[in-house]
Amino acid sequence: MAKKKKSQICILTVTGIDTVGIIAKLAVVMAKHNINIVDVNQNIMEDYFVMTMAADIVNADISMEKIRAKLDRIAKDMSLNITFQNENIFKAMHRI
Amino acid sequence: MAITVEEVFETVKMTLDHHFDIRTVTLGINLKDCMDRNLTNFCNRVHKRIVENGKKLNKFADEIEQKYAIPITNRRISITPASLLLEPLPHTKATVVKLAKTLDSAAKKANIDFIGGFGALVQKGMTSSDKNFINAIPQALGKTQRVCGFLNFGTTTTGMNMDAIEMFGHILKQLANKTKNGIGCAKIAVFCNVPEDNPFMAGANHGVGEPDFSLNIGISGPGVVRDVVLQNPDCDLTQLSEVIKRTVFKITRAGELIGREMAQLMKVDFGIVDISLASTTTAGDSVAEIIEAMGVSQIGLPGSTAALAMLMDAVKKGGAMASGNIGGLSGTFIPVSEDSGMIRAVKSGALNLEKLEALTAVCSVGLDMFAVPGDTPSEVLSAIIADELAIGMINNKTTSVRVIPVPGKKYGDIVHFGGLLGSAPIMKVAQKAAPDFIARKGRIPSPITSMRN
Repeated sequence: MAKKKKSQICILTVTGIDTVGIIAKLAVVMAKHNINIVDVNQNIMEDYFVMTMAADIVNADISMEKIRAKLDRIAKDMSLNITFQNENIFKAMHRI
Repeated sequence: MAITVEEVFETVKMTLDHHFDIRTVTLGINLKDCMDRNLTNFCNRVHKRIVENGKKLNKFADEIEQKYAIPITNRRISITPASLLLEPLPHTKATVVKLAKTLDSAAKKANIDFIGGFGALVQKGMTSSDKNFINAIPQALGKTQRVCGFLNFGTTTTGMNMDAIEMFGHILKQLANKTKNGIGCAKIAVFCNVPEDNPFMAGANHGVGEPDFSLNIGISGPGVVRDVVLQNPDCDLTQLSEVIKRTVFKITRAGELIGREMAQLMKVDFGIVDISLASTTTAGDSVAEIIEAMGVSQIGLPGSTAALAMLMDAVKKGGAMASGNIGGLSGTFIPVSEDSGMIRAVKSGALNLEKLEALTAVCSVGLDMFAVPGDTPSEVLSAIIADELAIGMINNKTTSVRVIPVPGKKYGDIVHFGGLLGSAPIMKVAQKAAPDFIARKGRIPSPITSMRN
């Protein structure tokens, strides 16, 4: 019996220099593809501006690969580093 | 508890700045049921199975890479030791070469860069198929690109097969002469206590005690460990060991997660996670540089053996906590040609073959990817191999040798292998070692420590 997945959380990480409109641009992409933003955090670490965004892609209308391509374009335009990863990797690495 | 920004950043930084990757996913494939008295039927079955599964392996590795944004650098296949598969077929060189070419073309078709398991287990004695197989190695590896070989010459419970070790000295020289810069010799590793589930080349094989398929993971990350050592310049060695342990726990967990998901997607058994630190030619991805970050001026100088012993022990402790399926080699690789720090140490004279051998006694897996002059006599090559394998036999651990006698090169020259294999300074070796000892042949009996029953 296949269970319907309730959520599929991915973590988006932005590192680079803080500028106006980062969250706005990312939020537009998310909304356009029916991705629900669950949480946003930011901090300055080792001279990096770091922002993390937890997003639920379970109802997204495009694949992770395509989402990543769109994020790569934003990263290039704004000279940022953006990664987009399933949250399980962080749970595995940082929780016993 | 939600994942914090700091934790996310730590992981992201590992991949962005310190080359953290899953070094290899290796699919072990059982080929015993492909055996036949007809060579063409046998090769067709082998080809079909490898192409099908190799393509699947690549497809799912790409999928997982997308999901977690952690590179899976190598996708490889290991097979049942080939000599065993050739038993029912005519014992001719042509048969062995045909199998090698079949494996090579199947790997090419499936876009797999290396296929391992082209080897034999001859720790106690050689069957006529084994003898024929070893004799055909120069032709088989000389005529193929992607096939990797291994030979197991000894175990702690059987002792060491000196007939085979003597024979292999000559084989190595023939193989070196058949390939440019002797590069064929980079594709074969010889072992004592070879593991049956090692995912790393050249020694990977799918052992006879394995199931039909087994997915094994090789993690790595010397860059990550080096960074954490550099970030802790003032702590004492007890604390440093703790810091390394914690870091390795994290990277092993990533390997475990990816291995399990890959195995599930491919509907095969999950095998093991091999927690070896493996250097690559990429800058910063060097095990020697970890030892140097710990405070040893240069690898090879006094202090190196103790530092390496501590490093590997911390790696093992972190790894064992992170995964219940640690296996394979799970030691440190210090391949001379593939590690920029090792190359520097050999060039400056800090590291010689004797010290390299000492390092392998505490933790590392063996004398790996080192080049010697092309005119080194075969008995010297056999003697180097015998020494290294004896360390493994007596200490109940795996040791291996991958030595390249480079035709036309002398001590002090540099040879460039290119690509993943890097470049190596030719190391100094004796011109005469133990000719009468090697010529005795026979078997070195198993050590008293093997009698545990």
